[in-house]
Amino acid sequence: MARLYYSEKGDRIEDTHPVTVSRYRGITRANHWVTAISLILLLLSGLAFFDPSLYFLSGLFGGGQTARWLHPIIGVVLFVSFLGMFIQLWRLNLPRPEDTTWVSQIGDVVKGNEEKLPELGKYNAGQKFIFWAMTVLIVVLIVSGIMIWEQFFGELVSIPTRRWAVLTHALAAIAIILVFILHVYAAIWTRGTLRAMTRGTVTGGWAWRHHRKWLREVAGRRQNGPAE
Amino acid sequence: MSETAPQPVTAASNPPVQPIGSNLLPSDVVRISATKDVPQPDRQLTKVAKLIDVSKCIGCKACQSACIEWNDTRPEVETNVGVYENPHDLTPNMFTLMRFAEWVNPETDNLEWLIRKDGCMHCEDPGCLKACPAPGAIVQYSNGIVDFVKENCIGCGYCVTGCPFDIPRISKVDHKSYKCTLCSDRVAVGQGPACAKACPTQAIVFGTKDDMIAHANERIEDLKSRGYDNAGIYDPAGVGGTHVIYVLHHADKPSIYNDLPDDPRISPVVEGWKGVTKTAGLAVMGVAAVGAALHGIFSRGNRVDEQEEEAAERLVKADSRDQGGTV
Repeated sequence: MARLYYSEKGDRIEDTHPVTVSRYRGITRANHWVTAISLILLLLSGLAFFDPSLYFLSGLFGGGQTARWLHPIIGVVLFVSFLGMFIQLWRLNLPRPEDTTWVSQIGDVVKGNEEKLPELGKYNAGQKFIFWAMTVLIVVLIVSGIMIWEQFFGELVSIPTRRWAVLTHALAAIAIILVFILHVYAAIWTRGTLRAMTRGTVTGGWAWRHHRKWLREVAGRRQNGPAE
Repeated sequence: MSETAPQPVTAASNPPVQPIGSNLLPSDVVRISATKDVPQPDRQLTKVAKLIDVSKCIGCKACQSACIEWNDTRPEVETNVGVYENPHDLTPNMFTLMRFAEWVNPETDNLEWLIRKDGCMHCEDPGCLKACPAPGAIVQYSNGIVDFVKENCIGCGYCVTGCPFDIPRISKVDHKSYKCTLCSDRVAVGQGPACAKACPTQAIVFGTKDDMIAHANERIEDLKSRGYDNAGIYDPAGVGGTHVIYVLHHADKPSIYNDLPDDPRISPVVEGWKGVTKTAGLAVMGVAAVGAALHGIFSRGNRVDEQEEEAAERLVKADSRDQGGTV
């Protein structure tokens, strides 16, 4: 089988009239939603500890004590599920020459003038940014989070180190919330994207417009491969 | 209960024989953790302090015993590892601890046995209270006592992070934070702290902060007359002064007393975390969330059009990739 540059092995044309393309397998979607739900729960419980005006959010978890022990456990769940996504997705998120062009023409991206942009593989530079930002921030959060996990790791680091860890954890959490907002916003603004993570497929037009190299490779594989 | 208790000015007095009402009321609270607008109390209690004269301490641990007895705690029995500290550190069940240091004075070549009673310093500017995220878990009374309200504690350990003296300890049993209360429950009924009451040499005394400073100055004068030129008071200004103060024979070197901080203050890291990070972080997150939501509602979005669907269909149907690419 030909080496894949722009697509995953599982990506395939599911229907030809109208064209639908399978983008994420069921297991990938399930894992994504585990990560997503974990992130939202972490965001709510974490914000409760971040500012007194948001402390009421701890009530969603049954009070401060429960939110306090649950938060790091959800953090571990998120770390493990994100690790699964990372292993599946990192290769296609490596930078490519067309990413530079895409970033330099960010104005056309925002205006939706996609005909002026280079053809892209499975991910554009914005999606790649979100992927790597999430990766780095999740590592920072799990490492700093363990340092301040009083229940099991209270003795792990010195108190001065712990002060830096708690500050780092807060800053990284703010950053990941911003990345999260960008991720959700972009998925909604780019119409037709959400179904990739719900039904697992996108329309051919969506793939043609946003990820044409990916579509070409997936379509080409179908024709070059064994008969249907 | 016929009357309320007087403000205590000594630990030596005996308790009243009649039931007596508390004189340390919820309305005497001046600071509450994770709470912005604390109502101004209608009275100002006299500032109190516990004075620990390290030069008079004989290391008998009567203060520890009294603390255990009054607070009804059960410190775990540990093993002897050849040091005098018992238990080995402050614990959720041991709010005060005699720490023993053997120090060779470089000027006299004498071995000095420095015994410091460690425990909460009751800072005027408490780092624990600043760091605490749980509303009402830490309070400060107008007489200076910093107290933990265990019902509101969530066991996160932020007080440990905030404290410049490494005092609070989180229980592994109920996941709540514990430290010396300055016997707020005794002070409330006109009594001094249990440790001060029990101290056989009056190395620990209790009273108004002014009285304690005056007493400390007498002690310092005495120590200086006996050759301790650097004798002095430890009431660190970096935390706004404390309501547990020491007389040290070597006040120029607090750290020789088992790492008593030379110049304690709330760490700038903690200040930054609880200050600008919180304000700026909330603002940035709020603007981003609201901005994204509004723009999401009002923008048309990036839509795929019919020609693009057709182009995709032609591509997929084409015999080869090359043909499929030309539309």
